[in-house]
Order: sequence, then structure tokens, then C-alpha cells
Amino acid sequence: MSLFLFKRLITLIATLVGASIVVFLVLEILPGNAAQILMGPDASPEAVQALAIKLGIDRPAVERYWHWVSGMLVGDLGLSYAYSTPVAELVLERLALTVPLALMAMTITTLLALAAGIYAAARHNKLGDVGVMGLSQIGIAIPNFWFAILLILLFSVHLGWFSAGGFEGWSEGILPGIKALFLPAISLAVVQSAILARITRSAVLEVLREDFVRTARAKGVSRRGAMWGHVLRNAMIPVITVMGLQFAELLAGTIVVENVFYLPGLGRLIFQSISNRDLIVVRNCVMLLAAMVVIVNFVVDLLYAVIDPRVKASDI
Amino acid sequence: MPLLEVSNLHVRLHTHRGPAYAVRDVSFTLERGETLGLVGESGCGKSITVMALMGLLPESAQVTGSIRFDGQELTAKSDPQMCEIRGNRIGMIFQEPMTALNPVHSIGRQVAEPLRLHRGLSASAARKEAISLLDRVGIPQAARRIDAYPHQFSGGQRQRVTIAMALACGPDLLIADEPTTALDVTIQQQILELISDLVAERGMALMLISHDLGVIAQNVARMLVMYGGSVVESGPTEAVFAHRMHPYTLGLFAARPGLLSQKGRKLATIAGSVPELVDLPAGCPFAGRCRFTIPECHVTVPPPHQVEPGHHVRCIRLEAVAAEKAAPTPTLPREGREEEAA
Amino acid sequence: MSAIPVATPPLLHGPGFWKRALGHRSFVIGAVLSLLLALTALLSLLWTPYSPYEVVMAAKMLPPDSHHWLGTDPYGRDVASLILVGARASIAVGVIAVSIGLLIGTAFGLLAAARRGWVEEAIMRVADFGFAFPAILSAIMLTAVFGAGMVNAIIAIGIYNIPTFARITRASANAVWSREFVLAARACGKGPLSITMEHVLPNIASVLIVQATIRFAIAILAEAALSYLGLGTQPPQPSWGRMLSEAQTLLFQAPLLAVFPGAAIALAVLGLNLLGDGLRDIFDPRLARKR
Repeated sequence: MSLFLFKRLITLIATLVGASIVVFLVLEILPGNAAQILMGPDASPEAVQALAIKLGIDRPAVERYWHWVSGMLVGDLGLSYAYSTPVAELVLERLALTVPLALMAMTITTLLALAAGIYAAARHNKLGDVGVMGLSQIGIAIPNFWFAILLILLFSVHLGWFSAGGFEGWSEGILPGIKALFLPAISLAVVQSAILARITRSAVLEVLREDFVRTARAKGVSRRGAMWGHVLRNAMIPVITVMGLQFAELLAGTIVVENVFYLPGLGRLIFQSISNRDLIVVRNCVMLLAAMVVIVNFVVDLLYAVIDPRVKASDI
Repeated sequence: MPLLEVSNLHVRLHTHRGPAYAVRDVSFTLERGETLGLVGESGCGKSITVMALMGLLPESAQVTGSIRFDGQELTAKSDPQMCEIRGNRIGMIFQEPMTALNPVHSIGRQVAEPLRLHRGLSASAARKEAISLLDRVGIPQAARRIDAYPHQFSGGQRQRVTIAMALACGPDLLIADEPTTALDVTIQQQILELISDLVAERGMALMLISHDLGVIAQNVARMLVMYGGSVVESGPTEAVFAHRMHPYTLGLFAARPGLLSQKGRKLATIAGSVPELVDLPAGCPFAGRCRFTIPECHVTVPPPHQVEPGHHVRCIRLEAVAAEKAAPTPTLPREGREEEAA
Repeated sequence: MSAIPVATPPLLHGPGFWKRALGHRSFVIGAVLSLLLALTALLSLLWTPYSPYEVVMAAKMLPPDSHHWLGTDPYGRDVASLILVGARASIAVGVIAVSIGLLIGTAFGLLAAARRGWVEEAIMRVADFGFAFPAILSAIMLTAVFGAGMVNAIIAIGIYNIPTFARITRASANAVWSREFVLAARACGKGPLSITMEHVLPNIASVLIVQATIRFAIAILAEAALSYLGLGTQPPQPSWGRMLSEAQTLLFQAPLLAVFPGAAIALAVLGLNLLGDGLRDIFDPRLARKR
């Protein structure tokens, strides 16, 4: 077991390092002289050089890379070019919105999708199944930001139950905060759950065909008992793989949806920083997002070993 | 009262090509402690028959006729009612041990499952019982291996585990559907002996399905020969083996390669191929392939004809068959003789 | 992403392909919608009811009527014309981005399957690594450096498709490599390149076609999202995503402006998804029966 864990950890670290190198190359080296970009083409060379020294970008690339990575490990992400405030502070502030939003969306997705998928599989080829499949096809085709706009149209413009955007912060209380994140979370969840429901359904159908389900029934296990006691745990194996992969899409979705609802999350920060040419913020945010995806997939890998006892044995 | 009484059982399956009459007018009885074999090629309806008994056919299947088990009519029972019987009064083991067990549950949990379900045992009591069951079926070091997973066992061992599961609650009837077909030859014998011992020990009735005549010969006292969904011949094993009254039975036996056959002789085959159950025509299912066919064979299904007490055959051409056996014409070419001489 | 599809013999020209195809509901609906999409774009090259570029302030924000079937936007431009021309951007991005992913990803996948060993491991690790960067993230990075525009969107979405095609190609190609006729070819002394070209590729073609169709749908969604954020197709080239972003500011005054472009996107994606699903079923009847 520890060998399994060890191997996975090595992969995790290697991937994180690789991602950081890519991000660094694209967002730090490629753009060229950040000081020049910030000051514009008309600035004098001396002023540019002064700024460059101040920002620490006159030093060699490898040194800057190392400075960044070691800073990340202790939580020091440098100073924003635009605001001269610590990037870490900015990011943490925004994470307080993006992370709960992603979690809410993931929870709604999981509950909806599992329920719909199992329901459809249990009513295979009957009306319930056809209905779920049809709805999920539509769900997959709908852009999440369009769905968000439609939700705003219905619930804000027509019914006035929710505001059309904005987020006051958690200081006002948990419930108002959740209310503000509710429509955004739903718009994210709809597409993801459509995909996940189809996967769940086909995973459950595959497992229902397995011989050991027939064995269980021959022992006197009821249909429901077979589904919950035998089928689901086996069906979860492919399902959680997809959930892990979906997380990346979910994060990408939060960036878009935050823009629809004017939510001050990580996504909006990235865009504002791009406009401000504040590349250090962009770099750290992108790294953060990539790291979240990689870590979630790592957790999924571990979950495998918990669910499926065959994994530990074969994967040394 | 017999333990199991099946009368005029018909099963109609729903396939994408139309309805298939997989079981046609099958009747037989089984007393307590009796052993019965079911023989036939793939697709003859033997598995469907026992699945109908267990009530495990797909919902689209239509079952008519009567299945009386210990006086109770099984066809009238709902699924929850059948759940009380399965694994409890009737145990069943299947052909493919490699996929018969749930890969994510320990074998202990799977053997204990029927005990907890039907006898209401606590987890620890069920575990103890499971260990002794695994021990009885020949799993070495049962107490230690009870928490192991199926992938850690060989095919033969997994089959032993399924036997333990089927017997856990002391059923009156054990149904074994080709239990050794997927196993190595050396293991086959061990498993069959295990089943025989357990059946005798516990006084269970046994229904053994096989396409292997050797297995049938050694393990069951009575046998049914099935073809195209019907029972074409039924009787004591010894009698059927000795007399082989139905043309199909005759063909089955003739098709076996024997140890003493002469080298170079062609294996006898039954001409034609097994019909698809969807396409079965009227009349005797074997008509057309049978070399004793006459026009009347295509008209109606022959009723069972008693040739001696307990031995029935569905055929209207029995005299012709008997006549040929009395004066056999050589039907097999004697080619290859030159090879042998050389 | 369902179970990795195993290579099947190409039933493209197999018996009864068109018969199976036309009898398959998903395929028919999907094909019709996809054809509609293609025709819309083609039509827009020849004719649109009004010019999508001309600003006519006198006609701004009109509701749908007999002159403007879908109404006009805040600059007086005919919405129907905008939607017709917007199809071009979606298709252009979709086709090119998927082609990039297909060509490069498939090449790597074939290489991995032909070489096995550490080459395969390395390629697969890099591909797995690519999954950490969804299209939006790559697009953001490219935009931050090179500025916004359709080309960058295409590159970002294209790069995003490479790992998927690499993975699927490798899995399918491996299945073909282990088949007996390939073993026979190798025994005859055929080299890996000719085996790949003559045997592996034709056998995985159907899998690739299905994937390409589905990734096309995803590319359209990605382009719409990027345009919505201002990172994709730039004005004055009409784009459905950008139309939605403009419509959002006027939600109270002209809600319909937000409905039509989104519906266009949804229909295009739905059509392609149904087409892809249908093709998958048709190419492998065994799979179809399991559904």
C-alpha cells in the first residue's frame, strides 16, 4: 500500500513541477520584459530598467523560477505589479468565493447525476430512461453561461427571487452568501450533471450485466439489495474517474460563470489582471488552478484504491 | 409428496427477432435427496428451465405451467417471496467461477450474506459459520483467508466458494448449472466429488446440468435429455445410457470420441445444426435432423411414451429406431485404414 | 468519456451502413442539425437578409417582425443575419481546432502504440499532464501573452484536443496491434510505419471519426465561451458567444437578444453530439444493442 501511495505522490509532484515550468515559460519568459510591457512602448530605457530591477526580473530565468517556486511553498507569491499588494492576499480573498462555489456545484452535480443515472438504469429502455437520456442530451448541448443568463432572466428579471449578480462577502452571513452563489452553482451543475448522469447510467447498466449480480440474486438478495449492495460500489469505479476529470472542466466553468454573475472570484481576478498586464497575478492564479486539478485527480486515484481492492495488488 | 414437481412448463422469451419458445411442455419430478441430470447441447433450454425455477428470468419472459416446490406454487410468487426461497431453500451454482463473485467484497462477506439475510445471524456469528463452511468446501486456512478478495483465489477455489455460498442456509435443493465446464480437467473431478459428498451428507436433492455425458454418468441417478426446449428422453441414468431410445440420444452417444475408437475413423456427427429457438417449426424439434424422420414427425410434437417404468421417450418412430439397433448398418466410412496399416 | 472504445473493423463501407444509419434516430436528427449548421454557414457566404456589419441606429432594438425575423441588436443590426454569419466563426474554429488535435494527437498516439516501452510511457504522461489545462486556461495564458483573437482561441482549443486524441488513438491502436493479422504482417517483415498506415489506421478510423464529431461539438462550446469572455473572435466578426455577452447587459430591455444566439449554439452542439453518438452506434452494432 505504501508503495502505491509513494508512486502516486511522485507522479503528483512531477506533474506539479511540470505544470509550473509550463506556466512559468508561457507567462513569464514568453511575454518578454514585463517592465517594458507595464510601462508601455514610450517609456525611457532607464525607467524600464529601474522597474525591472525593482520587480526582480533582471535576474536569470532559472533563478527567477526557483525564487517563485520556493516562494509558493511558503505562501509568498510576490507582489502584484498593478497594486503592489501581496498576490497571496489577493488570491486568498478570491478563493473564499471560488472554492465554495466549485464545491457547491460539485455537490449538486453529484447528487443530481447519481440519482438520475441510477434511476435511468433501473428503468432501462422504459420511459424514465428515455426521459433522462433526452434531458441529458439537451443538458450537454447548453452552454453553461447561456443557461446562467436564462436563469437570471427567469429568477431575477421575471421573478425577482435572486439578484442578477454580485457577492457581498461572507461577512454578511452564511445564508446570504449561499443565496448569491446558488444560481451560479446551478448553471455549472446542469451541464456537468448531464454528462455524469450518462456515465453513471452506462456504468450501472454494465455492472448489472455482470455474473456476480446473478449470483447475488440466486442467494436471495432482492433487486434493490443487489443494486445498493453489489452494483453501485462497482459502478462507482468508472464514475469517480470521470468526476475527477470533470473537475478541470468545472473550474474552467467557474471562470466563465463568475463573469456572468459579476462574482469577485479567481476568474474575475484573472481577467482584470490580464487587462492590467499584471502578469504575476495571472501566473500565480493559473498555477493555482492547474494545481487544484492535479490534486483532485490525485485524490481520485487514492479513492480508487479504497473502492477497488484489485488496484493495490496489480499496480506495483 | 415430491420435493419438486414441474408440470407443463412453457417459457416464452422476448428476443429482438421475435418470441422464442425456449422451454416447451417440460414436466418432471424430483424427490427429496434425489439426483437428476439435465443433458443437452447449448441452446436446448436447460439453463432457461432452471432459471424459470428460480424465478430469475428477465421480466419480459412469459412462464406458464406449474412449478411446485415443497407443495408451494412458485410461479404464483412475487419476487420478494422468491427472494425468501433463493439461497435459502434452493441453492444454485453457475458455470463461470471467475466472474461469479463480487470483486470488491471479501469472500467472507459474500459467504455470510445469505446467512445474515435468511437466518438473521449477527456479523460475528455469520463469520464463524462462514469459516466453517469454507473449511468444509476445502479452502485451506479458511480462518485466515476469509477476508481475502476473489481475485486472490484460483478458479477452482472460487467455485468452492460459490458452493459454500449456495449451501450456507442448508437448502433442500441444489441446482448446479455446468459447474465444472469452465475448470481445468484435473479440478473438475475434485469439484464434482465435493458436490456429490455434500449432497449425500446433507440429504439434498441435486439438479445437475451438463453437456458432458461422462459427468452425468457419474453423478446422477436419473436424467433428462433436452433438445429444442423439450425433454426428448427421461429415465434412470443407467437405462438411458444402456438403451438410448430417442434418435437424438442415440446421436449424442455416438458422437463421443471413445478411448477405444479406432484411429483414423471420422467422429460421428449429427447432421445439421441446432435450430434457433426463434425459428423452431411445428412438430418434433428434432425432425429434419433425425434420419428416421417421416412426414408425420413435422406435424405434432410427440407425446411422452413410456418404454419401461420411469423411462419415457418422445418419439413416434421408436420401432424403427429399435429395428436399426438390432441390425446395425455400418454408417461410418472406414477410411484411414490404409494409414493404420502403414 | 465512456469506456475506451476498442478498434472495430471499419463498417464504413460494410454491409448495410446506410440502412442502419437511416434507421437510427439519433443519427438522423444529428445529421439534419449538423447539415443545417453547415448550410447556414455556407449560405451566409452568399447571402444574408441584411448586412451584419452595417450599423443602422434608427432600427435599433426592434422586436421580431416581418422585416427582421429575429429582431435587431442595439446597433440596429439584423439578428438573423448575425446568427447566420456567426455560424462561420463556430465552424472555422471547430474544424481547425479539431484538426490540430486530431493530426498531432493521433500521430503521437500511433507512435506510442507502435513503439511501446518508454516512448509510450513518456507520451502518455505528457498527455495526462495536458488534462490539467482545460481550454479556457490555455486560452487565458495565450491571450495574456499574445492578446485576444480567433487564432489564439483556435490554438488553445487545438492544444486542448491533443491529449484526448492521443489517448484514444493509443488505446485503439494497441488493440489492433495485438490482432493476428498484424502479427502475421510483422512475421512477413513489414515495418511499423507501413503496418501503422496500412493496418492500424483504417481499423481505428471509425473511432476517430466519432471522437472528432464529438470534439467538434465541444470546440463550438469552447469558442462560444471564449468569445463571451472577449478572448475569442473579435469584432467586427460576428460570434454567437459575443452576441450573448452583449445581450446580457440589456437583459431587462430586450431579453430575446439573449435567447437566439444561445439557442443557435445549443442546437449546433446537440446536432453534432447526436451525430457522433449515432455514428458510434452504427459503426459498432454490438455497442448499439447494449444501449
